[in-house]
Amino acid sequence: MIEFLHANMAPLMFGGLVVFLLIGFPVAFSLAACGLLFSFIGIETGMLPASLMQALPLRIFGIMQNETLLAIPFFTLMGLILERSGMAEDLLDTIGQLFGPIRGGLAFAVILVGAMLAATTGVVAASVISMGLISLPIMLRYGYDRRVASGVIAASGTLAQIIPPSLVLIVLADQLGRSVGDLYKGAFLPGFVLTGLYLAYVALIALFRPSYVPALPPEARTIREADGSPGLRSLGVLFVVSVAAALAFARTRPDTMPTDELIVLSMCVGVAVAFGLAVLNKLTRLGLLSRMAERVTFVLIPPLALIFLVLGTIFLGVATPTEGGAMGATGALVMAISRRRLSMALMKSALDQTMKLSCFVLFILIGSTVFSLAFQAVDGPKWVEHLLTSLPGGQLGFLIVVNILVFLLAFFLDFFELAFIVVPLLAPVAEKLGIDLVWFGVLLAVNMQTSFMHPPFGFALFFLRSVAPSDDYKDRVTGRPVAKVTTGQIYWGAVPFVGIQLLMVALVIAFPNLVSGGLAAKKEIDTSNVVIEAQPAELPKDEQVDMDALFGKPAGGGASSAAPATEAAPKSDAKAELDPVKALEEAVGKKP
Amino acid sequence: MTALLNLSRLIDRLNEFVGRWTSWLVLAAVLISAVNASARKAFSLTSNAFLEVQWYLFAGVFLLAAGYTLLRQEHVKIDVVLGRFRRRTQVKVEIFGFLVFLLPFVVTTVVLVWPLVTKAFATGEMSSNAGGLIRWPVFALVPAGFALLGLQALSEVVKRVAFLQGRAPDPGQKVQAKTAEEELAEVIRARAEAEAAAAAAQGGAR
Repeated sequence: MIEFLHANMAPLMFGGLVVFLLIGFPVAFSLAACGLLFSFIGIETGMLPASLMQALPLRIFGIMQNETLLAIPFFTLMGLILERSGMAEDLLDTIGQLFGPIRGGLAFAVILVGAMLAATTGVVAASVISMGLISLPIMLRYGYDRRVASGVIAASGTLAQIIPPSLVLIVLADQLGRSVGDLYKGAFLPGFVLTGLYLAYVALIALFRPSYVPALPPEARTIREADGSPGLRSLGVLFVVSVAAALAFARTRPDTMPTDELIVLSMCVGVAVAFGLAVLNKLTRLGLLSRMAERVTFVLIPPLALIFLVLGTIFLGVATPTEGGAMGATGALVMAISRRRLSMALMKSALDQTMKLSCFVLFILIGSTVFSLAFQAVDGPKWVEHLLTSLPGGQLGFLIVVNILVFLLAFFLDFFELAFIVVPLLAPVAEKLGIDLVWFGVLLAVNMQTSFMHPPFGFALFFLRSVAPSDDYKDRVTGRPVAKVTTGQIYWGAVPFVGIQLLMVALVIAFPNLVSGGLAAKKEIDTSNVVIEAQPAELPKDEQVDMDALFGKPAGGGASSAAPATEAAPKSDAKAELDPVKALEEAVGKKP
Repeated sequence: MTALLNLSRLIDRLNEFVGRWTSWLVLAAVLISAVNASARKAFSLTSNAFLEVQWYLFAGVFLLAAGYTLLRQEHVKIDVVLGRFRRRTQVKVEIFGFLVFLLPFVVTTVVLVWPLVTKAFATGEMSSNAGGLIRWPVFALVPAGFALLGLQALSEVVKRVAFLQGRAPDPGQKVQAKTAEEELAEVIRARAEAEAAAAAAQGGAR
């Protein structure tokens, strides 16, 4: 009996873990209890040394000193403050009005704003709630297909999981023993490509099922000139001027400046010029800029400033992710105070939430530490490794099995549980198979993103359900009755996007460059300077002709209409990544 | 039982109090880290004490809040299976969990950590970094936090037993009136209402 026990301790312990977790008691304590029980059995039967758990205090002290995990409360607080600062509402309203009169425009706006919120607030629930309350009623008013509308909103909200600064990536970095900065860099291109895939999907719907995503009538645009013109030309001119300013600045820099620094600084200059002009226009009432141009500039500045402040500094290596998080949280506080949106009650509730989230996350980590102490003592990792390396197909077989496993587990576990329980079991095996752990982490993050969209437990769907109209109502603007959004519509709406997500998993496996190449590529979600991002990092700076062509393209394309440029951006990013030279040639070839 | 319920209320109030004040440590950590990062970049000023105080605060946040988080029922669980059972069964499982899963974990940790804390206190152990901080206060956070957690677990057990006996309301219902998400949704709705009202007023004036 005891021999059987000793020979099969690892599988027994794993089975015990599943049972303990399914009991439904908080995960942190179930993990710890499972570890303690099996170490007790092991010690009593003489299999394990009595000093086994002596290592626990030092492990706990180690967790307390972990600088990476310190970023969790910082980014959480930043998101909680930002979600109440009104930034999301302003963005959705303005960008929605800008794109609305295009077919599928509202859906494009939701996706683009979703990506921008993902790069700032990074809270799925907040994005989904804001979009569900602001964009969904407008989509329903003008006859969007309900499944498409709710699917786009849920999916765009989950972008916060993959686009930095996301908590998932912090936790994964910690569990994989890699730097958060590397994971952030690695996740950027996949995040972009995913955004591009969502846009492409909506574009396809707009082409083949136009009635699903109708264009809004011109009168839906309330930001317009006194004479009723939309004022888009002025926006285009402002855009060209800003890009020109950024380019002019880039020329004046010495050749020795690193490319990524050059791009970030030039973009800052471009944005600053646009902001300066908009402020000047507002103060002097010259009327040089249309109201639309002014509004777009003013709503884009806060998120862009935060992206520069947080991601810019992290990517440039000026700040560690933890410092970036602290700067971001401070920036969010300053912004909320300056907009008079920060009350004492909000401050308290945000701090309270941040504390509770940090606490449960860290306690899961402590619990899983207890579990893993015992699991390692019974040679559990070897058992898992044996199990997984005996799969046919080597690396690819392992990846496919792991992804299916994570996809299925994601129906029941949220990403914190997956990251702390499943990832530590998989990581050593992946490393042994020669898989780059940064790439592996990004792959898992893309996969885990589906856990927010799975019917029926997906968080994004849950929050969308909580704000979508559950009764028929009369629309305030048109006065026409609007039917409720059924739960079935929300579920079915999510399905195509889960499909896109799986496609993305396959893409990351097929083209590992998407991740590793991202370490050298660019990142800002800047709807005004998009194509600059496609510039390969190794572009020689003395090739001014090429620079011209590359920088000239967005100006020419963007002046007439902002939409095609932004729509194309993530896709051109992807191409550039797969083959920078080819992308460059394309850009040159399309010289206006 | 009445005495136990009183004790449970006392524990709840204790953790409520600790939680309310501990949350401000988050803000302190954010501000210190931001100032520290800027000072390092701008003036090349760096201080190990300031670096270390950040993780002292962070450790304080998540350890001292453990009992409070349990009180608020925010430790995540997998309720796919348990969610299907009757409420009374769920409560019984929870009592079992507190007594058999949580308390042994708390006791084991405190017993293991305690000697290290007293040793650090007796020797006055300092951080190995130049200008670092003294160690025992942060080590002591572990037994303190776990003690608060253990106390809260006892309180939760008392509340649940009382519920089973019909002497107290369902402790599971005693979560906050509103979640943060509901609050956010309300704020956005209110703003939209105000804007619509303003627009209507403007339209009427014309």
